[in-house]
Amino acid sequence: MSECRTQSRLEKVMRAGHLGVTSECGPPRGSNPEEIREKGQLIKDHVDAVNVTDNQTAMTRMSSLAACVHLKLEGVEPVLQMVTRDRNRVALQSDILGAASFDISNMLCLSGDHQSFGDCAQGQNVHDLDSMQLLQTVRYMRDEGKFLGGDDIKRPPKMFVGAAANPFADPFEIRVPRLAKKIACGAEFIQTQCIYNLDKFKEWIKRARDRGLTEQVFIMAGMTPMKSVGMAKYMKNKVPGMDVPDEIIQRLAGVEKKKQAQEGINICVEHIQALKEVDGVSGFHVMAIEWEEKVPEIVERSGLYPRPEV
Amino acid sequence: MIIAEKKPIEEIIEEVKPYDRILVLGCNECVTVCEAGGKKEVEVLASALRMYFIAHGQVRTIDERTLERQCDHEYLEEIRDIVDNYDAIVSLACGVGVQFAAEKYQTMPLLPGVNTVCLGANEDRGLWTERCQACGSCVLARTGGICPVSRCAKRVMNGPCGGATNGKCELGPDTDCAWQLIIDRLKALGRLDDYEVVAPIKDWSTDRAGGPRTVTREDVKI
Repeated sequence: MSECRTQSRLEKVMRAGHLGVTSECGPPRGSNPEEIREKGQLIKDHVDAVNVTDNQTAMTRMSSLAACVHLKLEGVEPVLQMVTRDRNRVALQSDILGAASFDISNMLCLSGDHQSFGDCAQGQNVHDLDSMQLLQTVRYMRDEGKFLGGDDIKRPPKMFVGAAANPFADPFEIRVPRLAKKIACGAEFIQTQCIYNLDKFKEWIKRARDRGLTEQVFIMAGMTPMKSVGMAKYMKNKVPGMDVPDEIIQRLAGVEKKKQAQEGINICVEHIQALKEVDGVSGFHVMAIEWEEKVPEIVERSGLYPRPEV
Repeated sequence: MIIAEKKPIEEIIEEVKPYDRILVLGCNECVTVCEAGGKKEVEVLASALRMYFIAHGQVRTIDERTLERQCDHEYLEEIRDIVDNYDAIVSLACGVGVQFAAEKYQTMPLLPGVNTVCLGANEDRGLWTERCQACGSCVLARTGGICPVSRCAKRVMNGPCGGATNGKCELGPDTDCAWQLIIDRLKALGRLDDYEVVAPIKDWSTDRAGGPRTVTREDVKI
């Protein structure tokens, strides 16, 4: 794919033809920055960039932007996640500039979980833009150097722009058209929903490949290790848009309880190794939920360490 | 039509307690059709209030009246002659009717007897569901006749979001995913290719964001 447009390390890694590796940190439910710094330090040498979630599951937390700045100061490259649930186009553009002022070079555009799942269920949601329109907004600000209102931006933001994709959500037939739409709106990288059903993922990426989409966007496969059979069942039954095949549950149930976490890591590593060979996969997004200390092991055992110098 | 639902009787009782002479005022339009504020509901509420005050040994005058419409000067004028007989009016009209009556009768306390819920349809017996949020700039031609503004919990203009499961919203199995409905309709119309047309950033200035809305028609003015 064409040359780098930003200072993003993640962009440089993938444009150079390496598999990219990202992980994820949830900001704390308080103002102590140590927690996010510690999480960053745990994984900084094993990933190219770290997503910082934006009030995920609509639980109020430290702002994604502030947590990104803390990571950046630790020498960790952040991916600023931004949801359209809480801010209108004024606040979104303003925060994009704020992030750019700290030279935060990656952004992921999302709609966000409905507020009824969080601690402010009686609150309003905004959704002035949707996630695709947020992609268009960042690209417009970056590429045209203009605000949505048409005025010029002094020192436009230079963001490598990403979006999420769920290869497993319904209806399946529009999964690839939806990916095409996100690319048309300006997505340069995609981080997918957690993959457990490899066959279905491969079918999705094959269809994307057939349309030439994998030539236009870096697809990072989302990987989340299971900590226990209980977690696997919860993910299968309770988490919207999640596809957990029965064999995963059976495999975890087949080992004694204290070894299930290790088995979950084994499955994750095997899946990464299998997906490394799939044409169109440009990297991995390793989301070890509140289990960041396991990211180095997963990355190393998957043959993705050391991270390339770029 | 405008969909409303009855307020809890306890809330209405609290509101009317300070007043001795009360008129329960129904409306013969939308709230009659959705069985929240028509003649029948006026009778039921007035009876309930009478019973409450009798049970508490209090003397109150509670009268009933139902107008053809409360969002219309002409019909609201019908109570001008009797309005001074009361200390308060409990209006079972939608929020429009309550306000229109309040504007007309400046010194009369107007208390709402219903909660105005949405613009919707009578989907089934005893079931009314939202169809429109009056955003002021209709996109239905582009979405197969299904409205993403009123029927998607995130009013996503390019959906569905990642939370849709089995054609249902992430809010739960009782809520259809609007985008599933849109896709089904586009398919039925043989227009699924239109799904990939990106909906542009919406102009919300015609929505409530732009302030109270008015429609002015010079050709209709007298």
